[in-house]
Amino acid sequence: MAREKSSKDNAQALFHSLRSAYAATPVNLKIIDLYVGFAIFTALIQVVYMASVGSFPFNSFLSGVLSCVGTAVLAVCLRIQVNKENKEFKDLPPERAFADFVLCNLVLHLVIMNFLG
Amino acid sequence: MAAVANMPVSDLLKSFKLKTKQQELLIRVSILCLVYILAFITRLFSVLRYESMIHEFDPYFNYRTTLYLTQNGFYDFWNWFDYESWYPLGRIVGGTLYPGLMVTAALIYRILHFLRFAVHIREVCVLTAPFFASNTTLVAYFFGKEIWDTGAGLVAAILIAVCPGYISRSVAGSYDNEGVAIFALLFTFYLFVKAVNTGSLAWSLASAFGYFYMVSAWGGYVFIINLIPLYVLVLLITGRYSMRLYVAYNCMYVLGMLLAMQIRFVGFQHVQSGEHMAAMGVFFLMQVFYFLDWVKHMLSDTKLFQAFLRITVTCAVAVGTIALGLGMLSGYISPWTGRFYSLLDPTYAKDHIPIIASVSEHQPTAWSSFMFDFHILLFLFPAGLYFCFKRLSDATIFIVMYGLTSMYFAGVMVRLILVATPAVCLISAIAVSATVKNLTVLLRSKNKGVQTGSTKGSSSSKASSKALLDQSQPFQKNGAIALLFGAFYLLSKYATHCTWVTSEAYSSPSIVLAARGAHGSRVIFDDYREAYFWLRQNTPPDAKVMSWWDYGYQITAMGNRTVIVDNNTWNNTHIATVGRAMSSYEDEAIEIMRSLDVDYVLVVFGGVTGYSSDDINKFLWMVRIGGGVFPVIKEPDYLVNGEYRVDKGAAPKMLNCLMYKLCYYRFGEMLTEYGKPPGYDRARGVEIGNKDIKLEHLEEAFTTSNWIVRIYKVKPPNNRW
Repeated sequence: MAREKSSKDNAQALFHSLRSAYAATPVNLKIIDLYVGFAIFTALIQVVYMASVGSFPFNSFLSGVLSCVGTAVLAVCLRIQVNKENKEFKDLPPERAFADFVLCNLVLHLVIMNFLG
Repeated sequence: MAAVANMPVSDLLKSFKLKTKQQELLIRVSILCLVYILAFITRLFSVLRYESMIHEFDPYFNYRTTLYLTQNGFYDFWNWFDYESWYPLGRIVGGTLYPGLMVTAALIYRILHFLRFAVHIREVCVLTAPFFASNTTLVAYFFGKEIWDTGAGLVAAILIAVCPGYISRSVAGSYDNEGVAIFALLFTFYLFVKAVNTGSLAWSLASAFGYFYMVSAWGGYVFIINLIPLYVLVLLITGRYSMRLYVAYNCMYVLGMLLAMQIRFVGFQHVQSGEHMAAMGVFFLMQVFYFLDWVKHMLSDTKLFQAFLRITVTCAVAVGTIALGLGMLSGYISPWTGRFYSLLDPTYAKDHIPIIASVSEHQPTAWSSFMFDFHILLFLFPAGLYFCFKRLSDATIFIVMYGLTSMYFAGVMVRLILVATPAVCLISAIAVSATVKNLTVLLRSKNKGVQTGSTKGSSSSKASSKALLDQSQPFQKNGAIALLFGAFYLLSKYATHCTWVTSEAYSSPSIVLAARGAHGSRVIFDDYREAYFWLRQNTPPDAKVMSWWDYGYQITAMGNRTVIVDNNTWNNTHIATVGRAMSSYEDEAIEIMRSLDVDYVLVVFGGVTGYSSDDINKFLWMVRIGGGVFPVIKEPDYLVNGEYRVDKGAAPKMLNCLMYKLCYYRFGEMLTEYGKPPGYDRARGVEIGNKDIKLEHLEEAFTTSNWIVRIYKVKPPNNRW
């Protein structure tokens, strides 16, 4: 009983501290996080759909899932480069980071459109 | 006018005087230009000695497809079904080749035509490999600059320009995938290391494109997609990870994987094949790893974080193992294919896949091959490894891993010395550059020491230290000069060796043979092309030719006739059928040949000229491959006491099989060497056993002037009364 209670307390404390730490992040990073969450959620929906109706044609499924995962990953890279706390990227202007992000997304979606079939 | 003439020379020179930085730039650029030209011209031996033609076997297929591409356009090329090979099965060419080489050559051809240089596509094909070798030296320079400094880059460019390991597969005329693929490999690695060093998304995108070019060019891209995840793993384990690594690897992996799946031959292998799973595993590992890192950064309390860490790690490991296990057990994730599995277990191919084991390039490497292909780089490589470990950084860790893994694979298979060559050249360049730099610093510091000693006033401590310096310096200076001379001597020996090797060993076209005549004059045997052009001009256009698979590509490219099997070796049973036909008695063989609609049979025979790569020497492989599918063919039937003989003591099945009859038909009356009996086989060095050969179902159609290629026509069945 006591152990259950303490683990439940632990979980609650963990949750609270995470929540409070996250609330301190700047707004632009939160927007990027929201975008990442949306992309992963879309990917999950596609996987569930594939699991229910089958994977033919496979290239369409792959292109759908990989476009979501790809854009999520690129958004995380953008977040890393824009985050003021990262010392390695302090020389990188955020406009340049965003331009790289847009370019990579452009290439990603062009390839996806070719792969959709 | 007199005033102008009186202008002193020193003023003229002063007008050219450049600052040191500009002088250095001029030296570097001129060295790179010279190296570029050197890399190109050292590969031109066979073009100068023979003529501008395509060498060997595989390049003929590449040439034929490039010809098709330039004549019919990309859409027809991408969807080409070739009915002229693997009769009666045909081959889906568009989906079973790596298009990078052909598209590159066609692009160069289009550009040259646009600039109004009316060259033939064959010239472009012949010179593609040397052109890309020159480009590789430039990439090696930039890579060396990234890893160490500009000096190492220059030495790397020079070493790789002449290294025989690379030249062997990129001479003019060797129009094969490796010529372009090594450039793509080094380029991809350079771009990836640059991305890890800068952490920029643009460089990662460039490395993804480099990877795409590599995937389109060669099947060896599997090396990249396994080395880079291994490198990331090593960085994660040794604690050198950083945000730049995350950006570089993720962008390259996702975009590279997507781009790679556009090549039909590769297809869905990046998500379904066991060889590519390492990259995916490391991808997921990175997400978990960096997520935990981020959470740790956000949480200030370590105890809470430990709890979170435990939960997440157990979940992630559980999910990962379940997914991998399900995938492998259900067969969805295919295991490592034979070609790559034999790299991990070298004895596998010999027992299970005779076709892979029979290729001479797939044999394990002997030390002599290493010395032949690398020369001084062999002992400069460990020295370079030492320097790399002294100054560890992300880039040097990468090159050390590339060097060690590629050297392991080079030891397993001779052909893979090619993949190890750039790594060996780069690491050796680091050794050479660092050593030379240290020695010249010693030389220069001595001068400075003398100057400061003479101009400054000296306290006692300074005087004593100066005296010590003066005492050790003479030895240092002499030693440094001696070592520098030694280094230059070694490098000049290397250059001589490389040029000699290129000239003697790697510049033969294989399709044209040369030998020394009785009086030392050069004799050229052009029998192959003679036979193929005979086929082209004297047989009906829909004739089908049966030969061993080595010659398939050449027959379709030059003879323009349908073949039964060719070098693609994708259908083992079909090849075994041909092997069975060659090893059976004539009556059984004619049944097989009639079932395959064969009109002509082509064999290669070296008994008259002493040519040792002929079909009689390859015959045992035909027996083994045929016997692997049809148990009626047994290898011991053709051997006598385990020995392979063709003279009187040979096995009776050997003396009467189709291959023997076709090769030695009418050879019993031939006088080949002075003082030897008629029917003396110069390649085996014996007098043949069965001289009185009668053919019942075939008749001789053509034998080339030196008896190297012999073509027989299959007689139609007799009329029934």
